[in-house]
Amino acid sequence: MLTNKVSGKRKLYIWCMRSLMWIATILTGGLVLFFILYVLIRGIPNITWEFFSTKPSYLSGQIGILPDILNTLYIILATLILVIPLGVGAAIYLTEYASNKRMVTLIEYAAETLSGIPSIIYGLVGMLFFCQFLNMKTSLLAGAFTLVIMNLPTIMRTTQESLKTVPQSYREGAFGLGAGKWRVIRTVVLPGCVDGVITGCILSIGRILGESAALLFTAGFAHALNGLFRGLNSPGATLTVALYVYAKEQGEFGIAFAIAAILMILALTINLATMVVSKYFQRRKNL
Amino acid sequence: MKNKKRLFETIIHGIFLLLGLITVGFVLLITIYLVISGIPAIRTIGLFPFLFGTTWESTAAEPSYGILPFILTSVYGTAGAMVLGVPIGFLTAVYLAKIANPKVKAVMEQAVSMLAGIPSVVYGLVGMLTLVPGIRKLFNVPDGASLFAAIIVLAIMVLPSIIKVSMTALEAVPKEYEDASLALGATPIETYFRVSVPAARSGIAAAVVLGVGRAIGEAMAVMMVSGNVPNMPSLFQSVRFLTTAVASEMSYSSGLQQQALFSIALVLFLFIMLINVILNFFLKGDKEK
Repeated sequence: MLTNKVSGKRKLYIWCMRSLMWIATILTGGLVLFFILYVLIRGIPNITWEFFSTKPSYLSGQIGILPDILNTLYIILATLILVIPLGVGAAIYLTEYASNKRMVTLIEYAAETLSGIPSIIYGLVGMLFFCQFLNMKTSLLAGAFTLVIMNLPTIMRTTQESLKTVPQSYREGAFGLGAGKWRVIRTVVLPGCVDGVITGCILSIGRILGESAALLFTAGFAHALNGLFRGLNSPGATLTVALYVYAKEQGEFGIAFAIAAILMILALTINLATMVVSKYFQRRKNL
Repeated sequence: MKNKKRLFETIIHGIFLLLGLITVGFVLLITIYLVISGIPAIRTIGLFPFLFGTTWESTAAEPSYGILPFILTSVYGTAGAMVLGVPIGFLTAVYLAKIANPKVKAVMEQAVSMLAGIPSVVYGLVGMLTLVPGIRKLFNVPDGASLFAAIIVLAIMVLPSIIKVSMTALEAVPKEYEDASLALGATPIETYFRVSVPAARSGIAAAVVLGVGRAIGEAMAVMMVSGNVPNMPSLFQSVRFLTTAVASEMSYSSGLQQQALFSIALVLFLFIMLINVILNFFLKGDKEK
């Protein structure tokens, strides 16, 4: 038998590598399981309806996270509204217009650079540029603008990928019928990138939910209960920033864990949504 | 009529060109702002005392602004995270890309993206309440908030990028390479480690560099577990990273102290740019092959 010729030394090597791989994989899986269970077990008992539906009050000494939830929603909304046109436009330029190869390389390099910059630097530049130079003060809107720069590469990339799957023959067909470039983009290209934009939005929402360093100095950490427009112009903490403030500055670990559990559930949902959406679009494309 | 249409198309073209160039504009904006706001403090303090000074006492009566402790902490912390994270991530990636059955692979892939989706403050919070007291008891040190705690948290945080990028590289290795090796009598595991891994090496290197970028730029999680005292780095002492140096004093600083914080951000930015260049080198090498 051929297999008998594997020498003892080789057997040892194979055995070692196999066990090391097992250990590494189990460790990774175990870590994920530990994180999810630990946060949920310590967090969920602290979540009550009051906690969800009120704002913090020093008078009664209770803490509620409704303002933080609303702030998070406002900031997600504002960021997406601003970033989608920019990201989609940039992607359309790259796939439909750009004929100069150098230009494409330059833009793609810039996008890569943006996605590598740490969020603390975004926070700093956002504070200098939006809060001070453009005089927005510390506000949710300044935070949203900072997040626009952060999330632009994500939306751009996902849109670009979905545009690449629009068959060239569709465009040629439309041109052949006498449509101008803009008409082709409006009627053929844009409908084709909806899936990319949706995937990009989900990814961006996940990133915004998890962001803290970029928001700490641009959006601040107030817990006031505001409507959308007043909220955008005043400082406010998102859930993640609130978690940080409660845990690090105030030592309120119960509340921090409750927020962490909520964030964890949201992160799970977003992962699930990404998977479902990409499967749905794949199936539709294959039809 | 035709001219009007052409004009319209040109305008649209111009608008899209502007949108395309906006990323370039943002990069320029960030670079220019960091350079302009980072240079004055370096001028006042002097480049050498700033980069190589070993004491940071920004609030003392006679303040001294030496950021060598932060630079070294960031470098050691990142290196430590890599020493722990790379083997685990790499071995997991090989297992998932080559050996695991599809079901295990699907579940683990979800688990890894979950790990990537956990906000950094949650890592910090869990680290604060499990790692920090754990280290204090286990190693019998006065405070567990230390470089060691930060290294462990960072190692966990870089796992997803290392696993994902390495897996993509390993899966792209042509099947013929592996078949040839198997046909010559190598066992599957020997094939994966001696043929597939070397073939995917530039992708794996890119994964490691990406992880380095993640680790060196992380602020909040590290802030919560590293104790945040500007000591020279030592494994079981409270330390401050480049990122946390910026974050911890930003809210109350002014004047030269604030300018020095901008200079720290500039140094961090230069580190990141250097990592970007290295990353591009590996990715480009991959494409040319």
